[in-house]
Amino acid sequence: MSDAYDLVIIGGGPAGYVGAIRAAQLGLKTAIIDKRGALGGTCLNVGCIPSKALLQSSHHYEVATKEFAHHGIKASGLSVDLKAMLGRKEKVVEDLTKGIEFLMKKNKIDYLAGSGEITAPGEVTVKPNTKGAKKQTLKTANIMIATGSEVTPLPGVTIDESQIVSSTGALSLPKIPKTMAVIGAGVIGLELGSVWRRLGAEVTVIEFLDVALPGMDGEISKTMQRVLKKQGLNFKMKTKVTGAKKLKTGVTLTMEPRDGGNAETLKADVVLVSIGRRPVTDGLGLDKQGVGVDERGFVPVDEDYQTNVEGIYAVGDVIGGAMLAHKAEDEAVVCVEIIAGQTGHVDYGTIPGIVYTHPEVASVGKTEEQLKEAGIDYTIGKFPFSANSRARSNADSDGFVKILADKTTDAILGCHIIGPSAGDLIQEIVVAMELSASAEDVARICHGHPGLSEAVKEAALGAGGRAIHI
Amino acid sequence: MAVEIKVPTLGESVVEATVAKWFKQPGDAIALDEPLVELETDKVTVEVNASSAGALASISVPEGTDVEVGALLGTIDETAVGATPAAPAPAAAKPAAAAPAPAAPAPTPVAAITRAVATAPALTAPTPVPAGAAPGGAIPLSPAVRKLVDDNDLDRALITATGKDGRITKGDVLAAIATGSAKRRAPVAAAPAGPGPAYTPSSDLPPRPDDPREQRVRITKLRKIISTRLKQAQNTAAMLTTWNEVDMGNAMDLRAQYKEAFEKKHGVRLGFMSFFVRAACIALKEWPSVNAEIYGEELIYKNFYNIGVAVGTPQGLVVPVLKDADEMRFVDIEGTISDFGRRARDGKLSMDEMSGGTFTISNGGVFGSLNSMPILNVPQSAILGMHKIQKRPMAIGNEVVIRPMMHLALSYDHRIIDGREAVSFLVRMKDLIEDPQRIMLDV
Repeated sequence: MSDAYDLVIIGGGPAGYVGAIRAAQLGLKTAIIDKRGALGGTCLNVGCIPSKALLQSSHHYEVATKEFAHHGIKASGLSVDLKAMLGRKEKVVEDLTKGIEFLMKKNKIDYLAGSGEITAPGEVTVKPNTKGAKKQTLKTANIMIATGSEVTPLPGVTIDESQIVSSTGALSLPKIPKTMAVIGAGVIGLELGSVWRRLGAEVTVIEFLDVALPGMDGEISKTMQRVLKKQGLNFKMKTKVTGAKKLKTGVTLTMEPRDGGNAETLKADVVLVSIGRRPVTDGLGLDKQGVGVDERGFVPVDEDYQTNVEGIYAVGDVIGGAMLAHKAEDEAVVCVEIIAGQTGHVDYGTIPGIVYTHPEVASVGKTEEQLKEAGIDYTIGKFPFSANSRARSNADSDGFVKILADKTTDAILGCHIIGPSAGDLIQEIVVAMELSASAEDVARICHGHPGLSEAVKEAALGAGGRAIHI
Repeated sequence: MAVEIKVPTLGESVVEATVAKWFKQPGDAIALDEPLVELETDKVTVEVNASSAGALASISVPEGTDVEVGALLGTIDETAVGATPAAPAPAAAKPAAAAPAPAAPAPTPVAAITRAVATAPALTAPTPVPAGAAPGGAIPLSPAVRKLVDDNDLDRALITATGKDGRITKGDVLAAIATGSAKRRAPVAAAPAGPGPAYTPSSDLPPRPDDPREQRVRITKLRKIISTRLKQAQNTAAMLTTWNEVDMGNAMDLRAQYKEAFEKKHGVRLGFMSFFVRAACIALKEWPSVNAEIYGEELIYKNFYNIGVAVGTPQGLVVPVLKDADEMRFVDIEGTISDFGRRARDGKLSMDEMSGGTFTISNGGVFGSLNSMPILNVPQSAILGMHKIQKRPMAIGNEVVIRPMMHLALSYDHRIIDGREAVSFLVRMKDLIEDPQRIMLDV
């Protein structure tokens, strides 16, 4: 191959494909390499998207079985056709990955299905997925690593993706388990635990720490756990899983209390391991090229997203920080713009985080705990959805909006929402924070009535001590 | 407990610095107050010292990176063992007992060399922001506005803000780009849609083979800033120079007469700088535009007289500032300048001492210059160049007399200072120096 690229991207997830499109827009000759065989990465293939498809389907079932009557709708004989449900999910994923392939073509980006390895400065060698196909060597001025992350294994609980599953397996269980154990009360554990609980499984979430959604605002974590418990999810907190024994009919987990006490066992048809994710850098040739990797396997970069080797950049999960598709996308765009000679910047203080349980949880900025620790004086505006007319009309009023503002300047420092459509409501505060708005700014901006966003406005009013509807 | 190492307040108007050098690597032991990292700014190089003892836990910002005031540079692990010598030891720190102990670097010699950074007299231009001015100056920029401003290298202070509460809108920036009214320096070329890291412009040049008779030295960030400042002065000001000459006879006689008594009483040598500084203050009061500054669409007249004085150091020249020089006695001026000189040689001048000048005096005479044209120290509007005292035949009355003469040069920004004002200012300086008693009596 003689024609050199301006940019070769390894990894076709949200960082890789978005970066590729931006590069093409800027006139860079771009190639993208992905070994999965379908673009979109973890997010689209085995992460955000399929889980949202199942969350929506299972939510419909739960609403139909548990809430229709309250609305005066009589329904009987409802049952789940799991095969159809999973089929719909597959179709959603397939359509979207095809869509990305189309976007690559439209932007004249070369997509190579295979494993990419950096074999020399400015050179990436691709081993195609197709058997017998010859290796290809790409010459390029710049390389962007966007290889993402994978499930962190738990010693003693080996994932086989049938009885002991990762998030990937939990998205395609062939039948609804009677009992399910979820190790880790993080975002993935709570979302997928909710899916199978709604479809009929008895789900127990086991967490080493004493709160669900560790790192979130404490009040949100507590409310989340309470609401999910009310929905029928079981929690075993401050508990450490020490081993798993596979039986024909299920898995027996051995556990012990974190703070000491007697060991116990839990039998479940299926165990989901969701304790976190780790970066993927195997086979990239980083060692040989002298690209540094930290002790946890992440690739450190400077503020231009350049690694310690000139011309090799990295973005997304593989560089650490919040493992979120939207964070990865923004990094990729900025990185590519910098490669093209522009400037750019990601504001890490205003990246929202969302949990798609029902009610949803959404968060941006500092938590109350972080403000306390930093010694920053703040005011709190809190407004429950039970006092919001739209939420009441929808009979969907669990949760609240909490806004934290600087006591002196009234600048919004953080916002934490648990409630219906929290993930969409948070965006107003993300914009406000990016524009350095005060809580009063949000309170003085007109919000449509009756709307869920009025709860955000009321919380903003509340930060100034003058909420109207409570 | 990890203690954060942050970029300290760097002094008036300095908001950004470049990480020049880390003296420590993660794991190295650190004593209290020991220099950890060196930051380059457009004025001086400063060291950030350890606020607590321990070991360097992490480095957040690699060398060569630009950082803003308050940004996180790294962290110190206070709990690291064996690393608590509280004394600000002049020697290199001992490695922590537990650490694998790479040879601890000796920070002091490096620091001594790089601390006082060579800057030409007219270059260390402070950009004082008048209190209460700059509407919208402190309001953060929105993401799109920030990118446009950065991409086009605009000076946000020059952009007319129409947004709510004085915010700069994207439309404001687009308008400023269209009219070219907010350029910081020569416009950046449009983003090259070509290969390669386009932000290293030397790569755009054809390769230049190494020649053993040439030495290749990378231009420092500081030198680049200096160049920018110089070009800024040339590009923005309508700069020209007026000349005059001054008979130093009387000043020299006065100095000769009292030199010993002065030194005996005050312990400071009597030089000529005090004459020029005091004379300049009197002349500046009479010609306020020479002490003024153009700020956007406004003229800022300053009713204080902070005179920057070039001081030679082995590394080059620095320009410390005599604050409120009009209220200083001769002895104060001479004493302060000699103290500045001493500390400049040791690299001990602080950022504050080099900021806030309203007028600058540059003495090329110490190097033997007979005539040089100084370049403005932006945003100041004028600079006085002193030169060598040279005996010359002068016509006095109808006789030729040998007199000790010095040329004076005043470079000024014609946008703010009229020719009449500049010439009159310099003539006034000449009159005061030629008859130093007038300085005392302010007549």
